[in-house]
Amino acid sequence: MKIAIASGKGGTGKTTVAVNFALAIGDAQLFDCDVEEPNCNLFLGLDLEKQEDVSIAVPEINTEKCSLCGSCVEFCHYNAIAKLPRSVMIFPKLCHGCGGCHIVCPENAISEIKRPIGMIEKGVDPGSGISFFQGTLGIGEPMATPVIRRLQAHMDENKVAVVDSPPGTACPVIATVGEMDYCVLVTEPTPFGLNDLILAVNVVRQLEVPLGVIINRHGSGDDSVEEYCYSENIPILMKIPYDREIAVLYSEGIPFVQRMPQWKEKFRSLYEKICFISSENTSQYSCSGVRNQW
Amino acid sequence: MKICVTAKGSDLDASVDPHFGRCNNFLVVDSETMEFQSIGNDQGSASGGAGVQAAQQVIGKGINVLITGSVGPNAFSLLESENIEMKMVSGGSVQEAIEAYRSGSLESINTPNSAGKSGK
Repeated sequence: MKIAIASGKGGTGKTTVAVNFALAIGDAQLFDCDVEEPNCNLFLGLDLEKQEDVSIAVPEINTEKCSLCGSCVEFCHYNAIAKLPRSVMIFPKLCHGCGGCHIVCPENAISEIKRPIGMIEKGVDPGSGISFFQGTLGIGEPMATPVIRRLQAHMDENKVAVVDSPPGTACPVIATVGEMDYCVLVTEPTPFGLNDLILAVNVVRQLEVPLGVIINRHGSGDDSVEEYCYSENIPILMKIPYDREIAVLYSEGIPFVQRMPQWKEKFRSLYEKICFISSENTSQYSCSGVRNQW
Repeated sequence: MKICVTAKGSDLDASVDPHFGRCNNFLVVDSETMEFQSIGNDQGSASGGAGVQAAQQVIGKGINVLITGSVGPNAFSLLESENIEMKMVSGGSVQEAIEAYRSGSLESINTPNSAGKSGK
């Protein structure tokens, strides 16, 4: 069971939900797919061990073989190769690593070299038993998706994977959420929260991933998010109140399930609820290891 | 001498377009005769690498000088490798830009002066 915790708007509480959710489930895998600024470990404080470097294959041109025919330049959708009157120039940061230039070159002048763009790290939380995986995109690197894909390769089909998604609705979010069994959208009850929630709902629906909403800082804004969810038939899975104790724990980097045991129970029933919804949708998921209250 | 000015329109009275990679038109002007050719920027709305395309397009026209507002890092390296003189202009018409170039009042673009968008 792979569950993405996403949102349209940044700062709504994705990481808070993802970390507390994974800790409450226990024996789960937690993935920080927000590789441009991973922050789950601020709340876990684990010693991380590097698992692998993430690279993409970028072209290298053998200038002796190159006939300046321009086939590679014409092929490259991302304008990563340019032809000049007497040479060809490559822009590795524009390259998406598809390898097409290598295939279309009639002179066999293009080889591929690996360009490191990020890395994957892992840590285990002895208290809860969760395994934590974090992707980090190198500074100045524009493409997050290859790091996210490598991160997803560490998912264990036999475990629950809780995935902290990047914010927004662009490529990194698609790469993260597209592979999931369920998507939780965390929002706040404000007009801004609602606006970005609608954008995110439209994206997740196109990806055909079932979704539900968690309203964070509930009680701080208005009812527009709830009204929207009712009208769109979107389940509101949980409401996290605008609560001083939760805010204080957050500011100290402490996951609130560790100090507020009632929330551990709430997150465990959230998991059961998601399993129930998924089984209704596909009848292929079962919740193992968690007492069924539904 | 062939001078390329990035322009919003397609003649010498058109306003200068300050964005190199994503301008509307390239006006390639013969500075002796003031004859000109307007070339549409077909990659102006490319999701990435618009500057790379634009640089190839104008280099292919055999220009000696480029007058524009800003040049990103990828386009800059292409133009620099072909020894194309890059000059900065902030507004006015194409005609005025060329006159300013002739009078030597335009500043050179010696480093990329736009962050560009390195592609996503």
